[in-house]
Amino acid sequence: MTVADPPVKPVKGRGPTFITRFLQSRHLGWAGLAVGLLAPFVIATPYAMSVMTSALVFVMLAVGLNIVVGYCGLLDLGYAAFFAVGAYTSGVLSTRLHWPLVATVPFVIIVTLVAGIVIGGPTLRLRSDYLAIVTLGFGEIIRIIANNLDVTGGPDGIYGIPGLFGDAVTDPVVFYYAVLVVVAVAVLLAGRLGASRIGRAWRFVREDEDAAEAMGVHTYKVKLAAYMAGAVWGGLAGVLFASQLSAISPASFTFLQSALVLMAVVLGGMGSTPGVVLGAIVVSLLPEILRGLADYRFFAFGVLLIIAMIARPQGLWPHRSRER
Amino acid sequence: MTQLIWNGLFVGSFYALVALGYSMVYGIIKLLNFAHGDLYMLGAFSGFAMLGAMGGLVKSSSLVALLVVLVLTMLATGLSGIVIERVAYRPLRGAPRLSLLITAVGASFALEYGTRIVAGPNPKVYPVRLNGTSLNVLGARVTLQQLALMALSVVLMVALNLLITRTREGRAMRAIALDPRAALLMGIDVDKVIARTFFIGSALAGAAGVMAGGYYGKIDFLMGFIIGLKAFTAAVIGGIGNIPGTMLGGLVLGLLESFGTHWVGGQWRDVFAFGFLILFLAVRPTGLLGERVTERV
Repeated sequence: MTVADPPVKPVKGRGPTFITRFLQSRHLGWAGLAVGLLAPFVIATPYAMSVMTSALVFVMLAVGLNIVVGYCGLLDLGYAAFFAVGAYTSGVLSTRLHWPLVATVPFVIIVTLVAGIVIGGPTLRLRSDYLAIVTLGFGEIIRIIANNLDVTGGPDGIYGIPGLFGDAVTDPVVFYYAVLVVVAVAVLLAGRLGASRIGRAWRFVREDEDAAEAMGVHTYKVKLAAYMAGAVWGGLAGVLFASQLSAISPASFTFLQSALVLMAVVLGGMGSTPGVVLGAIVVSLLPEILRGLADYRFFAFGVLLIIAMIARPQGLWPHRSRER
Repeated sequence: MTQLIWNGLFVGSFYALVALGYSMVYGIIKLLNFAHGDLYMLGAFSGFAMLGAMGGLVKSSSLVALLVVLVLTMLATGLSGIVIERVAYRPLRGAPRLSLLITAVGASFALEYGTRIVAGPNPKVYPVRLNGTSLNVLGARVTLQQLALMALSVVLMVALNLLITRTREGRAMRAIALDPRAALLMGIDVDKVIARTFFIGSALAGAAGVMAGGYYGKIDFLMGFIIGLKAFTAAVIGGIGNIPGTMLGGLVLGLLESFGTHWVGGQWRDVFAFGFLILFLAVRPTGLLGERVTERV
């Protein structure tokens, strides 16, 4: 009689801990929105409102770039270009043709879509690092063009851009709430897009482009779609930005801006919507918190970035896939 | 016309010198080292500090003094390159490539604003200025200093090429570029070779920094960014990771810019350079001398 095989022990993995389950909770987004809604009741000085509104615009940018980099895995180092295209389109239309700002939005969407196709069309067949340098070059091209054309006001930029509701309402708290609603909808939409059919195609392309191609995903079209979606988000963020500051100049759309948005995405956790929102808030608020360090501010920022990446290479709040 | 070609070749040799470091690092560990341009800036500043410390000695024999400073600066920036690799890049070997890219951006910030803390935000004027007698070669105005600087960069590039193609060290580098794991199994100390690669690349960037400081006369703490971008472009045009290709790419970019400035005006120069890069890559995605690289699945 042979010796019976030892009984196979059932594998007991560690189940999701309390913290993991909490972080994956669906209600967390509403909690975040509630925090955003209540914030002005705690602190409503014009400075705080302006910082918080900027943070929201930055969240919008980061969520847009997350579609390109996080979902689809395409490295874009010139994302500020779409931000600039959006801001300048609405700025030119509203100051030269005296359109209300809201009326410029459809045109901004069209123009940024075209910009997404123009840059994505010829370059998306390239390997990732070449794509990085091409997008970087594209970002610089847009900035230099804005710096040298007459219609964009040259180095001085455009000023006197009307507020979101015309010039009648200029209360920063009202503006903050308007931006909060727009950004919340944009974040929700981006999250839904990531969970949809095209979102799954994006993830597939990110994980293994060749396999995706072999399984019948039209990778080129899918990547272009990610680019166009990211461009629209960036452009709309540009409209909000132009309306907040009422003035724009090429100095706001440098490589630094693109790098900061990318940082927010990677720091938060690529592909994870809550993570990216958190990353954007951290990256936009950190320089304000470090303001006390004066000259050491950006130095400390760089060092902190290195430390954060070494400590958590996957980001602060990485995406955990549910499809297993 | 000859003047345009000469200017292009001169600027191109600077670009090539900086681009080599980019290309070497990329070839070996596939990292876009964003801090590389800032090492160029660091070289310019450490050269400035050394020349300042030498004081009165400088006036008597400027080119000799500049050469001594050049060697010392190459040592200093080379060591800084090793430190950056050790602190910011080595702990992340094997991490997702994007996180590595972000630490590179962080290192770039730290270098730029660290220099700003030490040296102050205002541009500095180099104590040694290289300008003087000019020759007339086929209708182009060529100064002796330009010739000297160009000869120096050619010497550095030839030395590098010999190092990579003829020595054991270079063979180890090429082996790691092909397959780091197999190189490790064959008894190559991968970490050490990568550190040396960073040293060489950073030293070349530092040399270019001192030369640019002596030639243009003005330096500031953000000067590294745009040259880093240009060097990157040059490396890509030539075929990134390929040493002769990178040199060629630098010269091509220099010529392009020279002619671009002449045809469309100085303010559109960078648009011209990057626009050409985009068109060029759409037609020939691997660069002039780059080989077709199959993506590892």
